[in-house]
Amino acid sequence: MKDEKKAAQIPQTTPRQSWTFSNEMNSEIRRAAATGIYDIRGGGSKRKVPHFDDLLFLGASISRYPLEGYRERCDTKVVLGTRFAKKPIELDIPITIAGMSFGSLSGPAKEALGRGATLAGTSTTTGDGGMTEEERGHSNKLVYQYLPSRYGMNPDDLRRADAIEVVVGQGAKPGGGGMLLGQKISDRVAKMRNLPKGIDQRSACRHPDWTGPDDLEIKILELREITNWEKPIYVKIGGARPYYDTTLAVKAGADVVVLDGMQGGTAATQDVFIEHVGQPTLACLPQAVKALQDLGMHRKVQLIISGGIRSGADVAKALALGADVASVGTAALIALGDNDPHLEDEYRALGTTAGAYDDWHEGKCPAGITTQDPELMARLDPMAAGRRLANYLKVMTLEAQTIARACGKNHVHNLEPEDLCALTIEAAAMAGVPLTGTSWIPGRGGF
Amino acid sequence: MQTFDLSKSSLRELNATLHAQKASTNQTAWEIANPRGHHAIAVGLDAPIEVTVKGSTGYYCAGMNKQATVVVKGSAGPGVAENMMSGTVIVEGDASQYAGATGNGGLLVIKGNASSRCGISMKGIDIVVYGNIGHMSAFMAQSGNLVVLGDAGDALGDSLYEARLFVRGSVKSLGADCIEKEMRPEHLEILRELIERSGAPARPEEFKRYGSARRLYNFHIDNASAY
Repeated sequence: MKDEKKAAQIPQTTPRQSWTFSNEMNSEIRRAAATGIYDIRGGGSKRKVPHFDDLLFLGASISRYPLEGYRERCDTKVVLGTRFAKKPIELDIPITIAGMSFGSLSGPAKEALGRGATLAGTSTTTGDGGMTEEERGHSNKLVYQYLPSRYGMNPDDLRRADAIEVVVGQGAKPGGGGMLLGQKISDRVAKMRNLPKGIDQRSACRHPDWTGPDDLEIKILELREITNWEKPIYVKIGGARPYYDTTLAVKAGADVVVLDGMQGGTAATQDVFIEHVGQPTLACLPQAVKALQDLGMHRKVQLIISGGIRSGADVAKALALGADVASVGTAALIALGDNDPHLEDEYRALGTTAGAYDDWHEGKCPAGITTQDPELMARLDPMAAGRRLANYLKVMTLEAQTIARACGKNHVHNLEPEDLCALTIEAAAMAGVPLTGTSWIPGRGGF
Repeated sequence: MQTFDLSKSSLRELNATLHAQKASTNQTAWEIANPRGHHAIAVGLDAPIEVTVKGSTGYYCAGMNKQATVVVKGSAGPGVAENMMSGTVIVEGDASQYAGATGNGGLLVIKGNASSRCGISMKGIDIVVYGNIGHMSAFMAQSGNLVVLGDAGDALGDSLYEARLFVRGSVKSLGADCIEKEMRPEHLEILRELIERSGAPARPEEFKRYGSARRLYNFHIDNASAY
């Protein structure tokens, strides 16, 4: 009795959760043990990585004078494909919609992307699964992806595209292919991909008829010959080795390089792939710009950056670091209505919560976006959703202009690394801009 | 007969001229002299014309062909008739890698041998090879028919979907989920028709049929070792 009383008086250590074996990690171990399959999900990397948030603009001062907001002009027009294409693409804004497939997305969602992009004066992009009529019909400028699977690929659609994007990799899974699970293979999706309904459809990780940069050059020649040298040819790479991949894409004859960092989304792949392969967008972009500069091709071959772009500030920072265009995918889906809190009850019924829903491959999207279920699809009004997307794109453009004017630039492309500083040593090293409050760029000397 | 000499005119001029031919053209016969291994010869054609290439070609000859008949009087480099939609492509000699890759329709006839990955990811094209084919042929082939009078290399039909493979000679090895299947009357009829169209010196009864076991159509962890 005496001992028990004494023991109760001894202060107890607060139960300590392991950082290594966190609740989240333990839950994944239990899930893997129960199911025998790795976790598949949509979206991009969710881990915190150095990003554009770690950069700041300096703004104007005595040595730099600003432009008047709402009065003095700050242009946003972009021309893509000036290197070889007879018909370059002209965009009103430096923001495009990234490639997302019909199959992973519903028909109304693809239509909404086209409507929104067109209203905002920019382009949208097909995906792995071919070009749909609603997408072509509602997209003033449509980029047609040329993917390893070649699902739905045909010369007629090549010719009615406004540009062709040869997809080598994507940021969520550089080196990986894709898998559209059987749940989303409706009659229409199956027909477009020439595969039986209900089976898992594997998208190859590399092209079936070329390997390496020398072959790519010949493949691009073929595509140009088929399309009369009219279309800009983009080459999309994942954030693996951006300096060398950009160099090789340019060598192969690309008009435009599309670079996708690890925050870039995917319809579905292994979580281990998304979180552990590839580099952050911020780390990739300066490497690609350097490659272009070393080749004397910066601004001659245009650079599109994607992977975690969310705001006009992100766009402005990407342009300041040397990109010509920033591209949005996940953010565009959110603008359409994905992961919206008003659907919280339905997300909870699926075992998740608004903002975290990423089981896009299961085809149960309450917002009617990442699904082929007719009842769910019908929830998305493509006109209203397209309007929301256009609003969002215009807001981002206004934000980028606001920043550009504050830095004294009459075109958003005149933003430059000199306008930036970094909040962290890591971001300073990656972006090649000084750590805030110093002139120190890690790896380059300075104070 | 219209003759186009690639030693005197450019590839761009050649393809632009062929693309300009409409369905109603009366200039239906074209001859291309001195191809000298040029890449992308006669790509993207879309008219019922006959093009004879007098020599060997580089990559992607007759790529994405529609309607046209293209005859290569030599050997063809990688990706001949890739993504063909319709029409006929005949290679008198051998074909390099990826012959008929991702083809959606039409008939590809190779009178010599075909290298590796013949018919990779084919999506409805018919391919007849008089000789042998290399390894990994018909990888992830979705639909269509591949007829081989000679032997097949390693990993034939790996991760096959619904394409039908007919081989007269030996098969070095089958790829994941590819098995020998019963030759039923409807398959003999398909073979008979393809042999007739391609002029192949063979009889349907001489072939064995291979196809998908369909075990890998939906992922299951217990099949992981098959990949």
